Amino acid sequence: MGQLSANGDAELVARLRAGDEAAFGLLLDQWSDGMHRLARDFVSTHESAAEVVQETWLAVIRGLDGFAGRSSLRTWVYRILINIAKRRGSTEHRTLPMSSVPAAEDSGPTVDPARFQGPGEPYPQHWRAFPEPWPSPERALLDGELGAQIIAALQQLPRRQRIVINLRDVQGYGAEEVCSILEISAANQRVLLHRARASVRGRLARYFEGTADQRGAEVSQ
Amino acid sequence: MSGLHCDQVVELVTAYLEGSLSRAERARVLDHLAACDGCESYFAQHRLTIEALSRLPRASLAARDRDALLEAFRAARR
Repeated sequence: MGQLSANGDAELVARLRAGDEAAFGLLLDQWSDGMHRLARDFVSTHESAAEVVQETWLAVIRGLDGFAGRSSLRTWVYRILINIAKRRGSTEHRTLPMSSVPAAEDSGPTVDPARFQGPGEPYPQHWRAFPEPWPSPERALLDGELGAQIIAALQQLPRRQRIVINLRDVQGYGAEEVCSILEISAANQRVLLHRARASVRGRLARYFEGTADQRGAEVSQ
Repeated sequence: MSGLHCDQVVELVTAYLEGSLSRAERARVLDHLAACDGCESYFAQHRLTIEALSRLPRASLAARDRDALLEAFRAARR
């Protein structure tokens, strides 16, 4: 069946309604991770998020015949998840809607202004020193520590930024679908994604610079 | 007309990668990148960051939860 997406929804829905367990199992395997990550941003514990995912899938099973195809199946499933997660989050006093009001953390430069030359310098607004080079993509992506660095960076993000980057870059969903799932504008989605990516890049930069220093220190000893 | 400065270009990386810049803005960014190793390397690091994010390991449902859902699906579709 391959990657399940908005395309081929009609066939997928038909198979689910016909009771095709393999198709349902594939949905469970492909979507549950993204659903759990999202739920986790509404409720206070890992266990609670797992229950939200479970409850969502049960609601999907019950609601399948009522799915009208006004959104993609995946968007529909995620919206059910968000409703359930919000309800549970509010009983846990952890309700933070995906409001459209810009937060302070969503504005201002994403790169430290000190990295750029000031008005009195030869090239104002240009790099004072270029970003430190990173290892080649091949080497960087094989770095066993990289995953842990990224997880730590994601944990430190403001919640709305983390929600967006998880859906866009960790799950690989498209911009339009993420806007639709979260009911936010394209511009708002892009700002949140931009800030989130810049923060994660910043963390990786500090990490690679640190490991470069260590290598340098070893060499110089 | 003067080109973009580095501190402006770094704020356009996402709009650039998303393909949401106007044709004129895109041309200005490309002109800048062609001449600026710092920004070119900054953009490459964004791309690598995105690639690394896409490779995070996925958690799967607990086997017990998955079985329970398949059972519920079976029961509902019977």
